Amino acid sequence: MTMNGSRTRYDAIVIGGGHNGLVCAAYLARGGKKVLVCEKRHLVGGAAVTEEIHKGFKFSEFSYVVSLLRPEIIRELELPRHGLHILPLESTVTPMPNGNYLAAWGDHDESQRELYRHSPLDAERYDDFGIMMHHMAHAVKPILAMLPPDPTSLSPRELLALARFGGHLRSLGEARFYALHKLMTMSSADYLDEWFETDVLKATKSASGIIGTFLGPRSPGSAYVLLHHYMGEIDGAFRAWGFQKGGTGGVSEAIAGAARAFGAEVKLEAPVTNVIVKNGRAVGVAVGQGDEYYADVVVSGLDPKRTFLGLVEEKALPGDFLTSIRRFKARGSSGKVNLALSELPRFTCMEPENIARWGGVHIPAARYLRGAVSVSPTLEYVEIAYDDAKHGAFSRRPYMDVVIPSMIDPSMAPPGQHVMSIFCQYAPFNITGGWDDAKREAFGDAVINALAVFAPNIKQAIIARQVLTPADIERVTGLTEGNIFQGELALDQLFFLRPAAGYAKYRSPIDRLYQCGSGTHPGGGIMGASGRLAALTMLRDWPA
Amino acid sequence: MLRHTPFHPRTAALMEAQQWRRWSGFLVASAYEMSHEREYHAIRSSAALFDVSPLKKYSVSGRDASRLLDRIVTRNVAACQPCQVLYTPWCDSRGKVVDDGTLHRLGEDHYRLTSAEPNLSWLHDNARGMRTTIEDVSDSIAALSLQGPLARAILEHAAQRDFKTLKYFRLTNASIGGASIVISRTGYTGDLGYEVWIDAADALPVWDALMDAGEPYGITPAGMLALDIARIEAGLILLDVDYVSARKALIPAQLSSPFELSLGWTVKLDKGSFNGAHALREEQAKAPEWMLVGLEIEWPSFERVFESLGLAPRLSATASRVSVPVYADGRQVGYATSSTWSPLLKRFIALAHLEAPFVSPGRSVEFEITVEHRRHRANAKVRTLPFYDPERKRA
Repeated sequence: MTMNGSRTRYDAIVIGGGHNGLVCAAYLARGGKKVLVCEKRHLVGGAAVTEEIHKGFKFSEFSYVVSLLRPEIIRELELPRHGLHILPLESTVTPMPNGNYLAAWGDHDESQRELYRHSPLDAERYDDFGIMMHHMAHAVKPILAMLPPDPTSLSPRELLALARFGGHLRSLGEARFYALHKLMTMSSADYLDEWFETDVLKATKSASGIIGTFLGPRSPGSAYVLLHHYMGEIDGAFRAWGFQKGGTGGVSEAIAGAARAFGAEVKLEAPVTNVIVKNGRAVGVAVGQGDEYYADVVVSGLDPKRTFLGLVEEKALPGDFLTSIRRFKARGSSGKVNLALSELPRFTCMEPENIARWGGVHIPAARYLRGAVSVSPTLEYVEIAYDDAKHGAFSRRPYMDVVIPSMIDPSMAPPGQHVMSIFCQYAPFNITGGWDDAKREAFGDAVINALAVFAPNIKQAIIARQVLTPADIERVTGLTEGNIFQGELALDQLFFLRPAAGYAKYRSPIDRLYQCGSGTHPGGGIMGASGRLAALTMLRDWPA
Repeated sequence: MLRHTPFHPRTAALMEAQQWRRWSGFLVASAYEMSHEREYHAIRSSAALFDVSPLKKYSVSGRDASRLLDRIVTRNVAACQPCQVLYTPWCDSRGKVVDDGTLHRLGEDHYRLTSAEPNLSWLHDNARGMRTTIEDVSDSIAALSLQGPLARAILEHAAQRDFKTLKYFRLTNASIGGASIVISRTGYTGDLGYEVWIDAADALPVWDALMDAGEPYGITPAGMLALDIARIEAGLILLDVDYVSARKALIPAQLSSPFELSLGWTVKLDKGSFNGAHALREEQAKAPEWMLVGLEIEWPSFERVFESLGLAPRLSATASRVSVPVYADGRQVGYATSSTWSPLLKRFIALAHLEAPFVSPGRSVEFEITVEHRRHRANAKVRTLPFYDPERKRA
């Protein structure tokens, strides 16, 4: 729509049609604003996209499960009406080097009996651990929906917010408060060592704590991410943890559908080249080959580095802020291998005779293939995988989180055939000598070889494979260094420090330029909380 | 002892959790797996296969078959074409609902009526002086229900033919696994779905053929727990849960008219005389006093009750058939007879009977919840039924 045949004018322009950008756009449009979303690619979603890379086979190319998508967003944007359909992902099986395995099933009694096989003590402690983590998650979870207070400010509003935050922590009681402190500072391996004796259990649980970070299970600060899983369980009644029908792109499409229903306009293949700043105030964006769009406010869903080091002139920003953004860690550490398969993998450890040999419980064929397979056989295995990365190489034997989406939603692949998603770590962005085609393929081979140790038929089943290194993730999605969280979810980069002290409330040093990506609080996963909180902040600030 | 359906050898082999329940004296699966959740999602995402053999089934044939059925049910049977199916309730002379089911016109003078309760004597008593043959075929006909977005693809694969032209609430003859069967595009889920009517002797070959054909499409045998959630989402009522048969009501307050069950659309007063027509005409003239509506319990309000006790909200994963009081203006104005968390819609929904002044969509009411042994009220809003109505159901 043009005004007076000249420039198109909007109330708000959202840079980037990732899931947070779309959530932000939907809330702004819901608030009555005229919104334009500019997405550089031919489809919305950012890192939450589904693409048919090989004909008939749909890949959740990057992000592959829905974890903490906020219930209030699902509800307020009516996402189910726009196609959100989250299917349960119930189990995790970890194959072990000696041929044994550890399974966690959807059913508590089945899981407990399985763990009992490895350690009767751990089987009992597991419930105690769960209850303690539940308490901590319950106390900490309100933070996800909270604007980060500024701890250095003495304004009544900030003090009130801090007091409320303190109140949440006090509600834990003394013992659990100390446990929380440990959780926030220890390594996940050390933390789990205090509870359990079963190595494969600790390896698998700690692996979930290092996803997307450049930390190993023995690195301090890696324990806290364990909490994320339990935060998901607090919303357990909502059952929003699982696999989106049609792949994660379906989540993005649903949010985009909601945004459009509220009146937002989404422009595809419209890469923003820079934010137009006049007199210290953001007034619009320049797109592609020189189109310009103007708006009262501009909000970037891109990561902080890309936004402030890429779209804004340096001279428009204060020096200390620039330094903070440059120091903000976005060390990509993970890759993805997506496979089109002619047949299902057969994990040796789950063959009926092997289950019987180890005294496991018979399960119906293929049941475990509807859940995840975690290649995290020992703590040492995962730590060695990290050692490779510390020294500038990809892991020769990476940690892998494997799911077969076509087992959960048959429409992901032609009938009888399958797609497999392999999240692999570590694949450092800053690999010695940089990534090239040969290294990418070598990394893909390493992943397949490491998987073939446990599922020997995998190689013959591959029809097509897509290997994505952090460099590829950056190239396709724009995420700096391919960091899946737009910046590590490390303690020094969370809450009122995300992405920079003094700018954690979605604002920026430039008037009317906001940020709404995962690089802002609380960030991480297909959660949408950043996009929502940013939009609510903008609507509250709205220029008269 | 409970009876086994013709599919029992197959369903028993699949049963992981020994979660059976009774249905009309038969043993049927509540859920095959430890949890019914995946079975539920199959209904909405791929295809679920239900053994619905315990349904009562009656064959009605002969020159006066149409006339008999038109006397019994509220819908217009004369207007029903061969190969068409009608959903219909039927009433007693007071215009109160006796039962509800589907009426399949298999041929010019041949129908099959399905129902929840026995209706053989009801049919006979109404057939005096008519040239009809009425037969209880409940045991001789086995029935499967295949429901979900991939149901058609599976049937086409199993029957080696196209079902695109089989419209909603129509039926056709076909052959699956070497057996002659009738397929109707009907079901109890509000989704794309079909029911397959099989000679009991052919039950197992048809089951096997469907399971083989469905395997690459994710066919999932499913039980009553999954079905119960889906039918509430679809706004479909259940005898003995959402209403009491007029034949069994002990007091007038237990009776329901079709209008009160929001089945007014099935009452064809212009078709000529039928059971209850006089009373229904009078009721229509003065408007019903009660209506069946949808309720959505507002999650933030539900969550607040738990938060006030320091708890995270908790809700059963299965549907509830416990009657729950509904309040407005400081008094009880109705009750919900079925309620469930909808895993698809991510809403807490219920089917409720409300006094007529409270039934307009969007009306705020209060829904009783029990948390930690104490009663509380959560805000709820009246919603139009069905809660879920995908285009593919009719497309």
